[in-house]
This record gives sequence, structure tokens and C-alpha cells, in this order.
Amino acid sequence: MLSLSTLLKEPRIRGGVHAEEHKASTSSQPIVVDFPLPKKLYIPLQQHVGKAAEPVVRVGDHVLKGQLLAHSQGMISAPVHASSSGVIIDIDDYPAPHPSALPIRTVVLETDGEDKWISAPPVDDPFQLAPEEVSLRVGAAGIVGLGGAAFPSAVKLNLGRENRIHTLLINGGECEPYLTCDDRLMQERAAGIIDGIRLMLHGMETGQAIVGIEDNKPEAYAAMRKAGLPYPFIKVEQVPTRYPMGWDRQLIRYLIGREVPAGGRSADVGVIMHNVGTAYAVHRAVRFNQPLVSRIVTVSGGAVASPMNIEVPIGTLISELFAFCGVDQTAAKRIIMGGPMMGDALPHSRLPIVKASSGILALTQEEIRNKAQQPCIRCAQCVSACPAGLLPLEMANRIRNNQLDAAVDIGLKDCISCGSCSYVCPSNIPLVQYFKYASGELAARQQAQHKSEHTRRLMDERNARMDRIKKQQQEEEQARLAAKAERERLQSEQGTLA
Amino acid sequence: MYILTAIVSLTTLGLILGFLLGIAARYLKVESNPIVDELEALMPGSQCGQCGYPGCRPAAEALAAGEAPPTLCPPGGSSLAEQLAKLLGVEIDLNDVQDPELLVARVSEDTCIGCTRCFKVCPTDAIVGAPKQIHAVISDACIGCKKCIAVCPTECLQMHPVEVTLRNWRWPKPAVAEGVATC
Repeated sequence: MLSLSTLLKEPRIRGGVHAEEHKASTSSQPIVVDFPLPKKLYIPLQQHVGKAAEPVVRVGDHVLKGQLLAHSQGMISAPVHASSSGVIIDIDDYPAPHPSALPIRTVVLETDGEDKWISAPPVDDPFQLAPEEVSLRVGAAGIVGLGGAAFPSAVKLNLGRENRIHTLLINGGECEPYLTCDDRLMQERAAGIIDGIRLMLHGMETGQAIVGIEDNKPEAYAAMRKAGLPYPFIKVEQVPTRYPMGWDRQLIRYLIGREVPAGGRSADVGVIMHNVGTAYAVHRAVRFNQPLVSRIVTVSGGAVASPMNIEVPIGTLISELFAFCGVDQTAAKRIIMGGPMMGDALPHSRLPIVKASSGILALTQEEIRNKAQQPCIRCAQCVSACPAGLLPLEMANRIRNNQLDAAVDIGLKDCISCGSCSYVCPSNIPLVQYFKYASGELAARQQAQHKSEHTRRLMDERNARMDRIKKQQQEEEQARLAAKAERERLQSEQGTLA
Repeated sequence: MYILTAIVSLTTLGLILGFLLGIAARYLKVESNPIVDELEALMPGSQCGQCGYPGCRPAAEALAAGEAPPTLCPPGGSSLAEQLAKLLGVEIDLNDVQDPELLVARVSEDTCIGCTRCFKVCPTDAIVGAPKQIHAVISDACIGCKKCIAVCPTECLQMHPVEVTLRNWRWPKPAVAEGVATC
């Protein structure tokens, strides 16, 4: 009976891959909290989705840890705070932690070694605060999605209040290989995470929360379960270990049993997902009034002598982390920020840690799969691996022939660039690279469209102005002529009178 | 007397002919091809002339007549080409379309004399300045029509490629490995 019902049920997980985990080297060691404070911190003004923050400090200012450096701009943005105390020595363009390492506006902070917090009174009972106040505080603390998406969390909390959200989903999946920062966080600071979840529920005015933890992290599961025991409205559940389990739709499908419609958002089925790291940051921000100035980073990979999880101030250069963990620079053939599946390869290590940097990997030649590309044999492994239910091989063919619209027609926009297709492809076809290229190209086209609309508006405005000026000139000319005629008339009248 | 006759007859003639012309304009009107209007609406409308036609309207007419390819508009790029081809119902192979490198004008501050000529010709008001003040180009609004280059007396305006920033950086297209048949 039971087996029949499970057979008849929709599969709870679609697609995905089981990649080699590489987590053992870091998951059993405690988070290192005594990382030596760097001399200089490079704090980019855009570490989030949305508009860049605008600096409120000047070069030469002395700032304390947690002091506001730049305030958020517009609806979707996040402020940036000083990660330690010291002097601002520069506000200029520095290379961004991005595959291109193009310049990004950055505040450079020379630390004074005291690491002195700005005085901010902790809140006695944050549950007395109005729900709006909670999301205001989360926004003011500069909290963004710490799983890697870096979407401003306050915006999501507000979304939760405005839409009828019945469940807050907390992502403790950490499905990316190598990364264990969330695992360690759950093992060591479960009470803080649970408190953060309660605060988020309060801020979103939502009744229940479900924490999903992959079953390869039994210690984290046990710790979270224990911490969540007093709160019956927080359920801690185990989910199978299968990448990309941390995709919100996959977790929703598994834990809630609902399918988010294509083109829709998780809020459409009454669910919003946050990461465990974000929940912990909310706990620190709302209860202790501490903005997001540090994060836990997994430093791992074959070229790392002592891989570990470190809590580092935002703005620390990756090269300093590498020196601390003993990275063999010659063996490190590729540096990745994030996980190996969805992370970005960085061109060098003189780039700062930002809010979204969940891991820094220094991979050796053996760990990088760099085999020659071969023809597609139409084995359809990519089709079964795609968690979004798409046809990667067909989409890639269309994109290769520049038929982007045709690729969109078969679901390119539902691709989440998880890389499962590239991972399983026996012919080593760079499938996800095609989809990333195509998404960028579509965005570029949209920008071009915006620009041409903008151009048209500018033209119309210019033409209208030209007409106005011409009309004005004509009117002035007429007025001048009329005045002249009037003058002449008066003169002639005077002449006759005389 | 002769003068009066001449005036009256010529005036009458003029009125009659004018009336006839008026009627002809109304009833013998040449309908413009409606597709031309649609094509023109898609085009940038800046009359920059980079396509080789005097403006967007003549270019749209040439397109409708099939005298010009849908890929004629450099500021529109491949996205416009695709839209035009869709409207015209023709197949285009964007493989061969080299998206021309987008250029924007930039003022060299050393040689600008503040003559104001450039911003008077700029179709999108992308150049700001005042007499005897150094001018500047707002690159977001510049469409690369080069009209300002032609009028600048000191050649201080020059075209530069659009700067690559984090906002417009894109992933490159993966190279197809040699010897790999594409299916």
C-alpha cells in the first residue's frame, strides 16, 4: 500500500546530480574565529542585487566597526558597513570579485587593530517590535541573501508581509560540493539561527517555518532539531542529498509538494526561502543591533594545505585567506568564488570577500575537468539531469546557431544555470556556458531596446524643444514688428499733431 | 487696363489650378505602404544616416522595397535586425552579422574650445556644454552617429568603443571545438 502510494505520487525531486562531495576536509573542524585582522579591507559598494550603495563617508574619516559607510539607494539595494574600525584611505574603483575583475567602486579601510564596535544598544525583546520595524532593521543592517544570490533580505521580508505567505522555507541544503560554511554554522550556532527564523517569521507575519537540511549533514540536523524543539512551528526536516537541492523550487517541491509555475516566483505558492546564514545574520542584526560585517567562508580545494571555515570581515582579500590556509600558488590552477557548480572562476586572488562569498576554492589541475569537447551523442543525460525539466541539448543547438528566440521558446528563461547538464555530459559540451552566454545576450538586447526607446524619447524632446524655440522666436519677431508699427503710428500721429 | 486684365486673368488661373491641385491631392493621393510606418517605428529614429540613407524613413522605405537587408541599421544592432526580419517575414542568418563595435563620442578636454557647434547638431542632446566652456558627452545617451565629429573645428571629439563595465559585461559564446560536428 505504501509502495503503491509512493509510486503514484509525483516524483518529489526532479533531475539533479550527485557530485563528489569533497566536504569531509572542512565539515568536522570548528569555524576559525581568530583570523588575523587584515591591514586593509576593500569593501565594494555593490555586494548585492540592485543599485549600488552611495558612500556617506569621506577619505580621511575615522570609522568604527559597524558604522554605515554607504547607504542604500532605491527600492532594491542594501547599505554597506565598516567591517572593522580604522581610517578610510580611499574611495575609488578596484577590481571586483567577478570573473572579469572589472572595476567596482570600493571603500578602502585601513584598520587600526582595535576592531572597536560602534555603540549600539541591543534590543531587549525584539518580538515587541512591529513587523515593519523588523524588516527595516534587517534592511538597515545590510543583510542580503548569504547563500550566494545576494538579494536584499528586507525586500523579501516585505514581500512576505504583502503576499500571503504561509511558510518560510529555510535552506540548509548546502548542495554545492566543497562548501560547508552553512553546515558548520548550523552545528555551532543553531540557537542563533532558530532565533533568526523566529524573528523572520515575526517580520513576515508568517505562521510556520520549515528548515531543509541535506541528509549528508547529520550533526547539523541534530543540532538544529535540538535548538528548534521548543518551537513547534519550526520544523526541521532532512532532505536527500542531490544537487541542486538548495534551489528554492526543488525544496518547495520536496517539502511542500507544490510546483512553482514557470516564470513565477516562490511567493506565488505562498512560500519564501531564506538561507540559514541569512537567518543567523538577522538574529545578530535585530537582537544585537549588529550589521552584516563578517561572514563564514569555506576555504577548500586540492591546492589548500589546511582547508577550513573562517569567519572573516567583509573586504578581506582572498590572497590573505590563501596565505592563512597555506595555498600552493603553483598547484592552484583555478580560483573559484562560491561552489564548483555555480561559482565564478576568478582571474586572480587580489579580490575581496563580499557578502555573497560562501566559499573560496583553489582547485588543482586534477580537480578541473578540462577534457576535449566531443560531438553530442544524444544520450539525453542532460535532459534527465535538468532540475527545471528542460532540454539542454536542444537549447544549446539553437543558441549555437544564434536562434535565441527559438531557445527562449523551449524554456531558456527557466534555466537556473545550475550546471547539472554540463556536469553529466559525456561529450564535455559546455552546455551551461551556452545558456549563460544566451541569457547575457538576451539581457544585452533588452538593454539595447531600452536605449533605443530612450533615444526616441530624447529625440522627441529635442524636436519639441526646437519647435518651441522656433515658435517663441516667431512670436518675438511678430511682437517686435507690432511694436515697430505702433511706434511708427505714434510718430506719425505726433507729426500730424505738430 | 492691360495691367488689370493681366492681373485678373492670372489670379483666376491661379485659383482654378490651385483648386484642381487641391482636389487631386485629396482624391489621387498615393497611399504610403503601411509596413513602412511600422518599420520606421521600430527604428531608432535619430536620422543618423549610418545606413547610407538620408534618414530612418527612407531606410524603412528601402527595407520595404526589399532594396536593403534587415541588418542595415548599425545603432539597432542584431536585435533590431531580428525584429525587422520578423516583421518583413524574411529569414536572416545572424551568424554572418558582425555586430559592429559600438562607439560613443568623447570630448578631449585639452582641445575643446567651447564653440557649442557639436551640441547643436546632436540629435539626442547627448552633449552638454555652454559657450567657452568645455563640453562633455553623456555616453549613455550617445548613439554614435558621428554628426558632432563632422562639425568639430578642433577635432577634439573622437569616437571610442563603449567602455566595458560590470553592468554590460557578458559571458562570451563558447567556442565550438575544432573537428566537432555540430548536430
